[in-house]
Amino acid sequence: MQIFIDLANWLRAWILGMGISTTATELILTAVWTLVVILFVLINLIVLVWIERKSSAFMQQRRGPNRLGPAGFLQFPVDIVKVLGKEDITPAAADKFIYKIASTCAFVTAIVAIAVIPFGPGMVLENLNIGIFYFIAIGSTATLSLLMAGIASNNKYSFIGGMRTVAQMISYEIPMVFSLLGVVMLAGSLNLTDIVASQKNMWFIVPQCIAFIIYFISTVAETNRGPFDLAEGEQELVAGYFVEYGGIRWAIFMIAEYGNLVAVCAIATIMFLGGWNAPFGLTFLPPFLWFMLKVYCMIFLFMWVKWTYPRIRIDHLMHFGWKFLIPVSLANIVVTGIGIYVYRMITG
Amino acid sequence: MLKTQELTLNLGPHHPSTHGVFRCVLNLDGEYITKAVNHTGYLHRGLEKLAESRTYTQFIPYNGRLDYCSGMLNELTYVTAVEKLMGITEEIPERAEYIRVIMSEVQRLANHAIYFASMALDTAGATAWFYGFRDREKCLDLIEMASGQRMMPNYMRIGGVSDDLDENWFKLLKELVDYMPSAVDEYEGILTGNEIFQARTVGVGPVSKEMALDYGITGPNARASGIDTDLRRDEPYSVYDRFKFNVPVRKNGDSFDRVMIRIDEMRESIKIIEQAMKDVPEGPIMAKVPKVLKPPVGEVYHRIENAKGHLGFHLVSDGSTKPYRNHIYSPCFVNLGIFPEMAEGLHLMDAVVALASVDIVLGEVDR
Repeated sequence: MQIFIDLANWLRAWILGMGISTTATELILTAVWTLVVILFVLINLIVLVWIERKSSAFMQQRRGPNRLGPAGFLQFPVDIVKVLGKEDITPAAADKFIYKIASTCAFVTAIVAIAVIPFGPGMVLENLNIGIFYFIAIGSTATLSLLMAGIASNNKYSFIGGMRTVAQMISYEIPMVFSLLGVVMLAGSLNLTDIVASQKNMWFIVPQCIAFIIYFISTVAETNRGPFDLAEGEQELVAGYFVEYGGIRWAIFMIAEYGNLVAVCAIATIMFLGGWNAPFGLTFLPPFLWFMLKVYCMIFLFMWVKWTYPRIRIDHLMHFGWKFLIPVSLANIVVTGIGIYVYRMITG
Repeated sequence: MLKTQELTLNLGPHHPSTHGVFRCVLNLDGEYITKAVNHTGYLHRGLEKLAESRTYTQFIPYNGRLDYCSGMLNELTYVTAVEKLMGITEEIPERAEYIRVIMSEVQRLANHAIYFASMALDTAGATAWFYGFRDREKCLDLIEMASGQRMMPNYMRIGGVSDDLDENWFKLLKELVDYMPSAVDEYEGILTGNEIFQARTVGVGPVSKEMALDYGITGPNARASGIDTDLRRDEPYSVYDRFKFNVPVRKNGDSFDRVMIRIDEMRESIKIIEQAMKDVPEGPIMAKVPKVLKPPVGEVYHRIENAKGHLGFHLVSDGSTKPYRNHIYSPCFVNLGIFPEMAEGLHLMDAVVALASVDIVLGEVDR
């Protein structure tokens, strides 16, 4: 059932068999797995974009992409090839250096967040003791790249988009972290593998259902997806912070957005949905597949919300974040704390 | 102290939410609008001047290019104005009058569906947009079947209509009429009943009754502000006096009311079509009008209830085959005039919604 672990062990044995030292073997293996994870995330994008386009088409009574490949499956790879061929335009008045690195920064933060996510038992690039803390820290830096893009473009629309991004992401970072805190208190660990292991009997969505809802709402805002896609604000800001970007630089922003989506959905799965643990003892699927299935269900939920609701106004968004989500998430922490205390008193 | 200054933002003419090539220069304090100035004219084609070098009949197709979301209604306004000028209003065959009414209401349904769709898109509800366009396409299919064109039908003629309708067409019309109420219910379910949408539109860009009267707002926008006016009822043209329908009126005059008034009107339009299709008489579809039209010297002003308000044509005849002057009183232009006052103090996101809610089509604003 652990194909990837077996594969890793076989590869390790093979490299060691060639007479290479243990340290060098570990270095090579880390490089290989990093590459595999990055490729996995990128290939995942093809599936995600396809699902997004097909599901939105279904909701909107259209057909969606249906020309390239079976059911339009190859549309996204071909689109990427297309944008690679586009001219790379930098606005004359832009801050050229920052303008050019902004899209790359957004992409890097999206990819780097994947590093601590355990896809299955033992299947984690870096089993950090403070995994969830690392994820939150990396997630916060995503704000910076969008602000860089917004200000460096030297365009009024993207400037407003950049300002909105900062306001929105900082406001929603707080309830997101608070909602994760309840789970951390229950699990007693910041290590993601340990958190999954402690959900063997009961997923944390049951005791932490309020936290899950808060997490879901604030991550929709964190990943800039509808109905909280104010930073893009297509109707009033045209495309918001990346209005000046074209060709592959624009595509990298889109890839980063999907990368973030995968990351936050993976974290939701790990923190609330039991990670790779099979529900109801249905262990006929390998843990890795269970994990991915849950992640995809979460992602579909994001898409469903995006394609149903109109966009919320920014002052409503702020009020909702500061006056509702933060107090509720704080109350959740207090209640969780009391609950843990009482539970320990009863069980001794 | 940090220095702050107002941001001047040029909204349009190339902007996804200006419904064409409307340009508005906004002064922004943060994201709140302190001043808005309209700039129109980017789609000016000189249609009024063109009319002076076309014969009366030749100008009919240009009407579809005025307000390209309600071509039939524009044509009806023009041909009835010419008929009034020639004094042949009484000679129009009954069947033609009924067909005109049915076509007008089908076109009104199409127009309100596209209004709903663009309203949905301007609040970023892309899915609701498709719902609106789906039904608009059903209406346009009928128009296309009758006239050969979707948006620029060129169907109305001075003295009647160009083509007769057969039984099959009426069967399809029946299907549309049976289907539309459920579609309108869907609109209310997916968009206007949505809490986010209500938060975005209720109380946004309110236009009081006095303000609406001052600016000369007509049509659904006036009715949303509490002015009980509808030319179909107040100055019945064609055979509108034979049908029973309500004129929905709302009080608040905000963006939400402007949306809801259209939704209500769609239901009323369906009622009118239902009544009209029941007793369409047999007979000719064209009155006997001369091939070369030479209206007597004089002038006439005729207006009807367009989908967007009072559309009027002022025709001056010098007795020749061409009008001396053709002035178009455009409801879109008048309704757009209120935007600067409405936008003041609004958030940038709300301004886009408020602009969408007054329902402008730049083809008619700039003419």
